[in-house]
Amino acid sequence: MARQTSPQRKLIVTLIAWTIGILMFWPILWTILTSFKTEQDAVLMPQLFSTGWTFENFGIVQERSDYLRFAMNSIILAFGSTLLGLVFAIPAAWSMAFSPSKRTKDTLLWMLSTKMMPPVGALLPIYLIFKDYHWIDQHIPVLVIMFMLNLPLVIWMLFTYFKEIPVDILEASRMDGAGVWQELTRVLAPMALPGIASTFLLNVILAWNEAFWTLKLTDVHAAPLTVFIASYSSPEGLFWAKLSAASTMAIAPILILGWFSQKQLVRGLTFGAVK
Amino acid sequence: MATRHSQGIARLAVAPAVIVLFLWMIVPLVMTIYFSFLRYNLLNPDMDGWAGFSNFYYFITDESFPGAVFNTLALVATVIVASVAGGLGLALLLDQPFWGRGIVRLLVISPFFIMPTVSALVWKNLLMNPIYGLFAFLQQLVGITPLDWFAKVPLLSVAIIASWQWLPFSALIILTALQSLDEEQKDASAMDGARALSYFRYIVLPHLARPITVVILIETIFLLNIFAEIYVTSVGGLAGNLTYLVYFQGLLNFDIGEASAGGLIAVVLANLVSIFLVRIIGRNLEI
Amino acid sequence: MSRIELKAVRKDFGNLGVINGVDLDILDGGFTVFVGPSGCGKSTLLRLIAGLEDLTSGQVLIDGRDVTELGPAQRELAMVFQSYALYPHMSVRNNIGFPLKMAKQPEDMIEAKVRKAAETLNLTAYLDRRPGQLSGGQRQRVAIGRAIVREPKAFLFDEPLSNLDAALRVQMRLEIMQLHKSLGATMVYVTHDQVEAMTMADRIVVLNQGRIEQVGSPLELYDHPKTLFVAGFIGSPKMNFISGSVAARYGAATIGIRPEHIQLGASDGGFTGTIRIAEHLGSDTFIHAESPELGSITVRATGNIEASPGTALALGFEASRVHRFDAQGVALK
Repeated sequence: MARQTSPQRKLIVTLIAWTIGILMFWPILWTILTSFKTEQDAVLMPQLFSTGWTFENFGIVQERSDYLRFAMNSIILAFGSTLLGLVFAIPAAWSMAFSPSKRTKDTLLWMLSTKMMPPVGALLPIYLIFKDYHWIDQHIPVLVIMFMLNLPLVIWMLFTYFKEIPVDILEASRMDGAGVWQELTRVLAPMALPGIASTFLLNVILAWNEAFWTLKLTDVHAAPLTVFIASYSSPEGLFWAKLSAASTMAIAPILILGWFSQKQLVRGLTFGAVK
Repeated sequence: MATRHSQGIARLAVAPAVIVLFLWMIVPLVMTIYFSFLRYNLLNPDMDGWAGFSNFYYFITDESFPGAVFNTLALVATVIVASVAGGLGLALLLDQPFWGRGIVRLLVISPFFIMPTVSALVWKNLLMNPIYGLFAFLQQLVGITPLDWFAKVPLLSVAIIASWQWLPFSALIILTALQSLDEEQKDASAMDGARALSYFRYIVLPHLARPITVVILIETIFLLNIFAEIYVTSVGGLAGNLTYLVYFQGLLNFDIGEASAGGLIAVVLANLVSIFLVRIIGRNLEI
Repeated sequence: MSRIELKAVRKDFGNLGVINGVDLDILDGGFTVFVGPSGCGKSTLLRLIAGLEDLTSGQVLIDGRDVTELGPAQRELAMVFQSYALYPHMSVRNNIGFPLKMAKQPEDMIEAKVRKAAETLNLTAYLDRRPGQLSGGQRQRVAIGRAIVREPKAFLFDEPLSNLDAALRVQMRLEIMQLHKSLGATMVYVTHDQVEAMTMADRIVVLNQGRIEQVGSPLELYDHPKTLFVAGFIGSPKMNFISGSVAARYGAATIGIRPEHIQLGASDGGFTGTIRIAEHLGSDTFIHAESPELGSITVRATGNIEASPGTALALGFEASRVHRFDAQGVALK
């Protein structure tokens, strides 16, 4: 900053910014607070805080809907599909970043366009195939769908990171006698580690929150937390504290990961169009 | 810049990803096109044969169709206007120096990381419930009859939830673009005698034109396909969009043929948007 | 130590010919410099030797063996890149040892060779640092260290000094020449800087538009440039070219005379001129003058002489130093 801002101005901006920040965060904060209340307190509006803090909602949610199983499925699907994505995307991004051909640009844009396809265009065939092969609610087939869903994004993010690594260094390793495998594992991967980690993080978050395919292709056995929460939408009495507890448990891990990866969000989701 | 040998390996390395994405894109699409011309209903296995364009005809003349198209477009338009306008304001605010900037930034960005099913339920119950919700409480406090959001204004309710989810995204992108604005340009414009307002009008806004376009296009693509928020809040009958209608015809009525026709209409709609987005990104892409 | 031969080497990028048929014999143990303006193909030629690019046609031979189809790893050459291309995530020790590790040499042998190279290059104190913590000159040494540990058949340098400041460049230039003497290795060195070429090379290869203009020792190129291009490229300040009636007097389409071979104040049979600008370097004075017969002309005078703009000059050529060229730009005997 070239000029010093006056303290009064800074104070006013601080007040406005914090007010807006808290308002934006309010639904989340409110959910978390409610999850520690008793059911009676949860529906009494005026009180921000509970009269008696309780952890029992979490226990009841676990008992009633087997939270841990859904959480496990979320972990398997989100991490599994992302890891599988990296396995396919690292060689592809390496190839396009360092040995581009005339068709590379078209290939990249074509990959991007697959991400633009509305899911309903593919919903019915995929659903019928899943039904015929008894894949519905099976881990591996659902994981594969989620992997394909986010593959373009993984490739694009890695591509933009790899582009920043000077090709000289990879050529030097070739001169030094490194084969393709060694070039990838000993030179490229360690250098691109921060980029690979960000890509991983953002894709885990997106896969964790994916709620189109998971709602349709899973039920109980392989269902992740998106489905677990949806089961709370049936209007069977008031149980907001439990709903809040369930919601808190579903979002907490990914919210924290999200905070770490917020900078990569721009790069990842805009496919490098905004730097 | 390489040898035939390494070019060969490079083509080999990109092949698996290309094949996977090709299968993922082409196979379902071709099947959807095929289904859309069939008489195909899971509840009625006797019905078969070519349907010609009748699936398209039935889907378009379905009494829910005009409403679904309206809801789809209205949802996209409302959320984009709200999130871009709000995002611009938020970004300008977060670009100012103030105490606790990092924390406020985290607070503001958080809604983006909440899974759609959770945000839909939290908003529907904790905030928008006409009896016990926080909004109802606040409305009573100032003496207004609480609004039954999802019964009276279902589309607006979904739009509010979606705007809350997408506001952080547009704010973050516009903020990133603002911060990439050359500090020297600001100094130069100050030397040229530009006041704050004309600085914003002639330097900042033009600089933000492209990021805002990108935000609009990306949000359009996601919002055209919005589903979980409508499904979980059970307003599909009142404020269902095209995606919901396809789901309804296909997975609830089991009319695969008609649903496929609907799916193709959604594909065409989405492609109209993505062509522009892919162009913008392509122009910016250096190989 | 090896002899590298290039036979009818061509390289096209798309329809564009970058190397248009090069035949060259790089001598065993020599210091050969490829020099030329940017875009002349000198770096591409080096990369073709390295195996980082494919030939469109022609052959590369190392010690008589055709290596055209071999990858860079199998050619047993080492290269020092303009950007140094050090591995940023490895210590200096691991950077230098990397090629040995790739060759699967035993750990203790790697350690010994790395130590020896580090001693030669004064890097012993920095072995555990990362490249990011080193100065430009030290990085340069690490890159050289990585090249020498492999005991390659030849060293390839791709403008290795262009990222260093002027003082360091002179120092590293001496160190590389020293290294060449002590290893007795074949070195091929690419530069766009003709001073580097003149000072370092045994043999200079002047390239222009993907073709070899001339090959020779530095002084051969200076004294007997075969073409107008070489005459203009080698030597600083540039040789003066004069065409028209003055050139015709020498029986040539164009004549060239180096600024240092023009005498001031020679009244006999000479030309006249007016000083436009004088540059005083202390040891020399470069005078840019305008002459009615010769046009714009540069003169190099030894020492710091009085020369204010507008002063009239008398100019004379050392007759034996006049280079004559025909209309095609080829030197006349």
